Amino acid sequence: MELYQLTVHAARELLQTGGITSLDLTRAILERIEKIDPRVHAYLTVIAERALDSARDADARWTEHRRDGSRAPALLGIPMAIKDEICTRGVRTTAGSKILHNFVPPYDATVMEKLNSAGAILIGKTNQDEFAMGSSTENSRYFTTRNPWDLERVPGGSSGGSAAAVAADETLFALGTDTGGSVRQPAGLTNTVGLRPTYGRVSRFGVIAFASSLDQVGPITKDVRDAAIILGAIAGHDPREATSVNVPVPDYVAAMRVGAMHASPLQNIRVGVPREYFIEGMQPGVARAVRDAIHVLESLGATTQEVSLPHTDYALPTYYLIAPAEASANLARYDGVKYGYRAPFDSAQGDTLRDSAQGDTLRDSAQGSNEMWDVMRATRGDGFGAEVKRRIMLGTYALSAGYYDAYYLKAQKVRTLIKQDFDRAFEQVDVIVGPTSPSTAFKIGEKVDDPLQMYLADVFTLAQALAGIPAISIPCGFADNATLSGVEGLPVGLQIMGRAFDEPRVLQVAYAYEHATDWHTRKPQL
Amino acid sequence: MEYEPVIGLEVHAQLLTQSKMFCACSADYAGAPPNTHLCPTCLGMPGALPVINQRAVEFTILTARAFNCEIPEFAKFDRKNYHYPDLMKGYQISQFDLPLSRNGFILIDDAGTIKKIGIRRVHLEEDTAKLFHDGNASRVDVNRSGVPLMEIVSEPEMHSVEEARLYSLKLRQILRYLGVCSGDMEKGAMRFEANISLRARGTTELSATRVEIKNLNSLRAMVHATEFEIARQTKILNAGGTVEQETMGWDEARNSTFTQRSKEEAHDYRYFPEPDLPRLEVSRAWVAEIEARLPELPDAKYDRLMRELGLSSYDAGVITAERDVAEYYDRAVDAGKARGVEAKTIANWVSGELFRLMKERNVEIGAVKIAPAQIPDLIALVNAGTISNNIAKNVFEEMFATGDDAKKIVQAKGLGQISNRAALVAIIEKIIADNPTQVAGYRAGKTALAQWFVGQVMKATRGQANPALVNELVADKLKSL
Ligand SMILES: [Zn+2]
Repeated sequence: MELYQLTVHAARELLQTGGITSLDLTRAILERIEKIDPRVHAYLTVIAERALDSARDADARWTEHRRDGSRAPALLGIPMAIKDEICTRGVRTTAGSKILHNFVPPYDATVMEKLNSAGAILIGKTNQDEFAMGSSTENSRYFTTRNPWDLERVPGGSSGGSAAAVAADETLFALGTDTGGSVRQPAGLTNTVGLRPTYGRVSRFGVIAFASSLDQVGPITKDVRDAAIILGAIAGHDPREATSVNVPVPDYVAAMRVGAMHASPLQNIRVGVPREYFIEGMQPGVARAVRDAIHVLESLGATTQEVSLPHTDYALPTYYLIAPAEASANLARYDGVKYGYRAPFDSAQGDTLRDSAQGDTLRDSAQGSNEMWDVMRATRGDGFGAEVKRRIMLGTYALSAGYYDAYYLKAQKVRTLIKQDFDRAFEQVDVIVGPTSPSTAFKIGEKVDDPLQMYLADVFTLAQALAGIPAISIPCGFADNATLSGVEGLPVGLQIMGRAFDEPRVLQVAYAYEHATDWHTRKPQL
Repeated sequence: MEYEPVIGLEVHAQLLTQSKMFCACSADYAGAPPNTHLCPTCLGMPGALPVINQRAVEFTILTARAFNCEIPEFAKFDRKNYHYPDLMKGYQISQFDLPLSRNGFILIDDAGTIKKIGIRRVHLEEDTAKLFHDGNASRVDVNRSGVPLMEIVSEPEMHSVEEARLYSLKLRQILRYLGVCSGDMEKGAMRFEANISLRARGTTELSATRVEIKNLNSLRAMVHATEFEIARQTKILNAGGTVEQETMGWDEARNSTFTQRSKEEAHDYRYFPEPDLPRLEVSRAWVAEIEARLPELPDAKYDRLMRELGLSSYDAGVITAERDVAEYYDRAVDAGKARGVEAKTIANWVSGELFRLMKERNVEIGAVKIAPAQIPDLIALVNAGTISNNIAKNVFEEMFATGDDAKKIVQAKGLGQISNRAALVAIIEKIIADNPTQVAGYRAGKTALAQWFVGQVMKATRGQANPALVNELVADKLKSL
């Protein structure tokens, strides 16, 4: 086994015993990136030198800990990749957008502070759809990330770079953000584990906002145990975030292992299967893999029953009113005045970027204030890509006088109904399972001209975000794909949803399933 | 036709909190170099988030209660969307449909007529950054961005510029009493927006169109702009025209309003609930706790001073104008009780000599060297006959300059009144002996000359003689001649 193939927990054991060094591990990852990433395109930025320095520091600290027997921080010396939506102090953070092409945050997101103090080593920033708007990374303003299982296909999105990096062993773990499935959907399409925590469980401070009432940071990992470890490291109340919830952070690894030694680890667990999650037009192989997974859960002692989430069909229109509405305001700050890209006044003069960071001033009086407004308009016109502009327009429309009640307000009411669907279902069951996506990874370019088809890729991952509940996607098999010869198929994700703050139960079911199967150990041929 | 103006005011008051509305930056930016009070949140940096300043919420509830407002159990913040380079996030966090308070009123006294002016709501929002235009460049100073701003919205219930002025002054007085706003208009701590329409006098319908004048940065600007606008609308209506609904600015230099936006160009602010902030639950216990911090307000103080202490309306008015003065006075009255000094007499000294000297020397009440208890001490000396009222004024001036006790000054300068009969009789006898002409005149029936003799005695004693005693002794001596 190569060092870069290690999980977080396996690497931790080896670091603890001194069997490997963080420097070895970090070098192995950097070499892997050098070799593989020109084909996968997972990373937007790699900070090799800084990572190697951090690894040397970590090794020095490990030596100390081994000598005096003290406990090292949970992730000391473990390499990580971070989605470019998350602010990293001193490291360029673009959100996949041209409008932030040169933005270097002077602060860390709270999750970065937590991971840094846990000792993890930042390798680089991963590609994504611009401002997390998309399901394929095709909306990145830089390049499209490839699915390591088939380089002609998308890795999912928006956290596609993070998922591809984990799937291709270009990092030990990664963080993504999930607004409507952006962690779970790419995890499902790349045979990795992706967890969306309860809204309020993980701080959003320093996470570039797409839709504030929906955004959550979550880990993308090689197995469920790593997801539990990373969640434990990033969860917790943050006084800098008003919607962060002050509930204690349990030991997720211990919670995950409840019943693990038992013959029927899922005894007493009631699993709900929503009839609305097996729809017409769904890829048959996906439905089959998920049905098989449900049988595995039954064999592990779980009782299953059908449940209904009657407003599931409304999740998509509801999401595409609320998320763009919030985004239209969240993205208003990008105007070229304070930071980031600033369009040249005379766009015809060429494409050279003039940046607000250079400290030049906006000329304002001579030609009236027209120049100032023209520059702001050109900055946004140039700096944002088509999908971002589409959503800003959608959101602006939904909030406009005369339309607010019919669109935004109505959507908020339906959101409440969707939440009530889950509340009712969770009166009968402990977790709900279903597919993460209706199909396996699609071809690059296949849906790029059809926004609605693209939106449907997230059809099963929107309702949980609207309800604010936790959900995980774990590998549950491969669906045969006629276009592929010699490959058994493409990865399928099983989605497990829980009550708000019931990540322990979600992780327990995920872990029991993973323990009984070996899908997660399959690796793409690269 | 005769028209009656209908005026509504929105007053923006910067709150005197230590930190800004949604971040930990200091809100006290006055005089600070540009762009030194800022952080990712008030700069609107990517990923930065707001956290509500609890103190600002309490200040708003306190103010709202002083304005007799209801405090709903729930409030929320909303985003008000518009683009401008001084608005860091591209939206302002404000309150739209669930403000912290609503339905209050204050009373104004317009030349003896008490009028109730409704307050529609008091809500909380954040200030914007400041733009500077320098040559052909615009520069942004972010220090002001995110400073807590309380918006006080009146009902359109003022019908003259004078009422609008009195309303504004009353607001300022209460805000300063509460200590929630400096009211310092020079520094932009209080800014105004006025809604103005006209209607035929005697009717009660509100006009369908109204003109809004924004960015009135002082009371003076508000008064002038309102006067100008009433005249402009009157002229239009008299000429048979109609007043267009529009938003105007005020050009201080030209002393005129100018159109900023017509009705067609009116902003659609696309308000929606701020998803970064949870809904505010305002428990009744919290409101009660805040209410307990309400000081005695100017109206109540004014009433008490007139009813219980017998002050004139004028004295009660000037003494309660500022809370610091009123409290200074209250402390002086308390100290006077033990010395048997009347509250009214103290009021005369405060509204007379003290105010005169403060104005003359440009001294604020907080910097006055005379301690409140020193005033009844001085009055007690007058009451005891130790010094005359006129001498007391000199002593007061000395106290104002040095902060010394009246007694100490009187002793040091030998200003004690001469009340020694024998000494005064000797002086009177000498004056009678030295002025035979006047004595003859008196004898011939010019009894008014008695006052001339009194004056001579006062002159001879450099004013220190007890005037009542001198009067008595002079009269006795002249009669016995
Ligand atoms: Zn700040």
